[in-house]
Amino acid sequence: MNPVVEVVDNSFIFIVAISVLLLVGITIAMIYFVFRYSEKNNPKPDQSITGNTTLEVVWTVIPLLLVMAMFFYGYIGFRDIRNIPPDAMVVKVTGRMWVWSFEYENKKKSDTLLYLPVGRNVKFELSSADVVHSFYVPAFRVKEDCVPNRTNYMWFHTSQEGTYDVFCAEYCGMNHSYMLGKVIVITEKEFLEWVRVPDTLKTDTLKTTTTSVVAPMTGEVKADTSKTAGDKKDTIKTNTKDTLLRRENK
Amino acid sequence: MTDTLAAHEGSYLEYEGRHKGILGWVLSTDHKRIGLLYLSAIMVFFFVAMTLGVMMRLEMLTPGETIMKPQTYNSIFTLHGVIMVFLFIIPAIPAVFGNFIMPIQIGAKDVAFPRLNLFSWYLYMTGATLAIISLFTGGGAADTGWTFYVPYSIRSAQNVSFTTLAAFVLGFSTIVTGLNFIVTIHRMRAPGMTWFRMPLFAWGLYATSWIQVLATPVIGITLFLIILERLLGVGVFDPALGGDPILYQHMFWIYSHPAVYIMILPAMGVVSEILPTFARKDIFGYKQIAISSLGIALIGYLVWGHHMFVSGMSDTARIVFSLLTFLVAIPTGVKIFNWVATLYKGSIKFSAPLYYVLAFIFIFSIGGLTGLVLGALATDIHVTDTYFVVAHFHYVMFGGMGIMFFATMHFWFPKMFGKMYNEKIAVIACTIIIVGFNILYFPMFIMGYMGMPRRYYDYLPHLQGWHILSTVGSWILVAGIVFMFGNLLYALLKGPKAARNPWGGTTLEWRVSSPPTVENFDEIPVVTGGPYVHDKPTYIMQPSKELVHENGDKLKGETLKAH
Repeated sequence: MNPVVEVVDNSFIFIVAISVLLLVGITIAMIYFVFRYSEKNNPKPDQSITGNTTLEVVWTVIPLLLVMAMFFYGYIGFRDIRNIPPDAMVVKVTGRMWVWSFEYENKKKSDTLLYLPVGRNVKFELSSADVVHSFYVPAFRVKEDCVPNRTNYMWFHTSQEGTYDVFCAEYCGMNHSYMLGKVIVITEKEFLEWVRVPDTLKTDTLKTTTTSVVAPMTGEVKADTSKTAGDKKDTIKTNTKDTLLRRENK
Repeated sequence: MTDTLAAHEGSYLEYEGRHKGILGWVLSTDHKRIGLLYLSAIMVFFFVAMTLGVMMRLEMLTPGETIMKPQTYNSIFTLHGVIMVFLFIIPAIPAVFGNFIMPIQIGAKDVAFPRLNLFSWYLYMTGATLAIISLFTGGGAADTGWTFYVPYSIRSAQNVSFTTLAAFVLGFSTIVTGLNFIVTIHRMRAPGMTWFRMPLFAWGLYATSWIQVLATPVIGITLFLIILERLLGVGVFDPALGGDPILYQHMFWIYSHPAVYIMILPAMGVVSEILPTFARKDIFGYKQIAISSLGIALIGYLVWGHHMFVSGMSDTARIVFSLLTFLVAIPTGVKIFNWVATLYKGSIKFSAPLYYVLAFIFIFSIGGLTGLVLGALATDIHVTDTYFVVAHFHYVMFGGMGIMFFATMHFWFPKMFGKMYNEKIAVIACTIIIVGFNILYFPMFIMGYMGMPRRYYDYLPHLQGWHILSTVGSWILVAGIVFMFGNLLYALLKGPKAARNPWGGTTLEWRVSSPPTVENFDEIPVVTGGPYVHDKPTYIMQPSKELVHENGDKLKGETLKAH
């Protein structure tokens, strides 16, 4: 299980659970009072009740404790979201209207499709070529804005193989809703084979979702760049310092 | 307090002053007529923006193109936001009911600066006109979202300058009205009306007015800088010229977060009027409710950064803003608990305005509580900029201010127009509104957590079920709203005459005739007690004739002279 996903979902459940209790309490009290103290059931209102200091203290202090607990829970999760493990590999992400571009440590580039090895921590250095975008991968519960002239960062752990949606979450103009991508988590071996292949940007750029303005989203990206993974041509000399090749030490 | 007090002059509606006919309205400095001028303009914009909202939902019915192209959709959600925020939500309750009711509630004949008041209506109309012109000139309607984030708002070929200019001018209208209310509340309260005898609606307006005066200039200058960026390329915000887009976001939210409280505090004030009226007893925790309004206004200034948790702001700032955001929940919670406690051991008369308020408490609580999810850092990072946020702010803005606008209409309608509406229909309409509202917006929480980003023209097909549900909800909601306004419109034309005090209210506006006379009071009343005391009179309506009238606090003639 992805630790960040777990902590975000748990905070969410914690906050929602308390909220539901409060909401149900308030609503039931309100409805009960309206019937119990209706004109008919209680013809004479009790004019002596104008407040109660003890109650005021109670419903100030208890909610204060509850929200501080929520803050703390959120903060703990946030620490995990922001503290990048030192062994993380780095991928540069650039948003431009309306395509995502990725650049790996060996300068290999890819558009739209973000290939990652399974079981790795990945740090993203986020920037933008034009307006503000936001790199959002719901499956990993993280997003961060891509702001021109500045590098923001985020990270996640690729816990499982699979394909995950990437969205642009900060409005960026006409085709904002088509600024999509995929995180494709593959085995370390497959990944290494793929990433060593020279920059195939021109051929494996997928514009299925970005070229046609009105094309309905299909939810899947058709092209399959992994066919180039079998290609043994390895013209990029692998950098020995390349964190891509570092083994995870646990 | 007898009905013979009724006006030596006619109702403000029939009054013929220096100008007749339409001029008697558009040149009137009477706070009540100005309130109605605002009401008519605001209703038009509400229906326009609502129609835009319905069109957006219709577009979302199917993935891909349903009824419009992406560019149109982007302009429509921008306009929906700009019109709703700047032309409806911010001015609606203060400018309409604040103007109409507040001076009467504090025992004044008008606001402190009646001409300035009329001027602010003209500023409002000028801003509104500019907004309309922006649709048909230049590159067409702005497509930036109501937040005008740079650098997109600088790059956009659409007519962004005009739209921001409109918001800039509207800001002045807000500032002037706020200033007017602050001075009115400070200087024009009737003798004996101490701060803690002031109705809570006036308290809400007072807190709001301070935010309006102090925060609105920030958005004014920020939007003006956008215009300068577009026209002259000054490079304050544009990164291509060395500017900082994050700075823009800070400046935008320094106003726009407090603006959320500009929107909700007057509405909360009305809740505090309606509940004691229909519970037939004093409000629970008057001082706590009054002070919590100021608390919200104060802390509300310091939480703007929670809109920027993923913008790249420093981690420390994010943590501090998160903490402050949770603190602002406390005064809001205090209000809700006090409201519910007000019902305890009351003698509750179930009526349309009360029903709207109960709907408000339920819906607004959902809005407030989901705000906690957004205030917590770990969860916000996932749900910010998704439909979760859209759902949240519609629950607080529409469910809060919007539903309370409806409640306020029903509460003061008989006072303002001297006519009564069909309460049964009002209750049925409210039920339809509650059902439609929740079907429309609740699925958005779910879609948001599933990762549906906001401001998306298109979406992945697996979400279509939720989108259909939401769109169907919008139809139900609109049906309820149309039904509700139809009922009020019918009452306006053909409704039976309303009594002076149809609800058994205890504040001053219920002591004057329905509709009020031009000058509200024959004589400035003297206040002898709190605003929600039901078992004894707390106002002397004609102090000069005090001895022949019932004498609430056993005041002697001499005591009165001292006032």
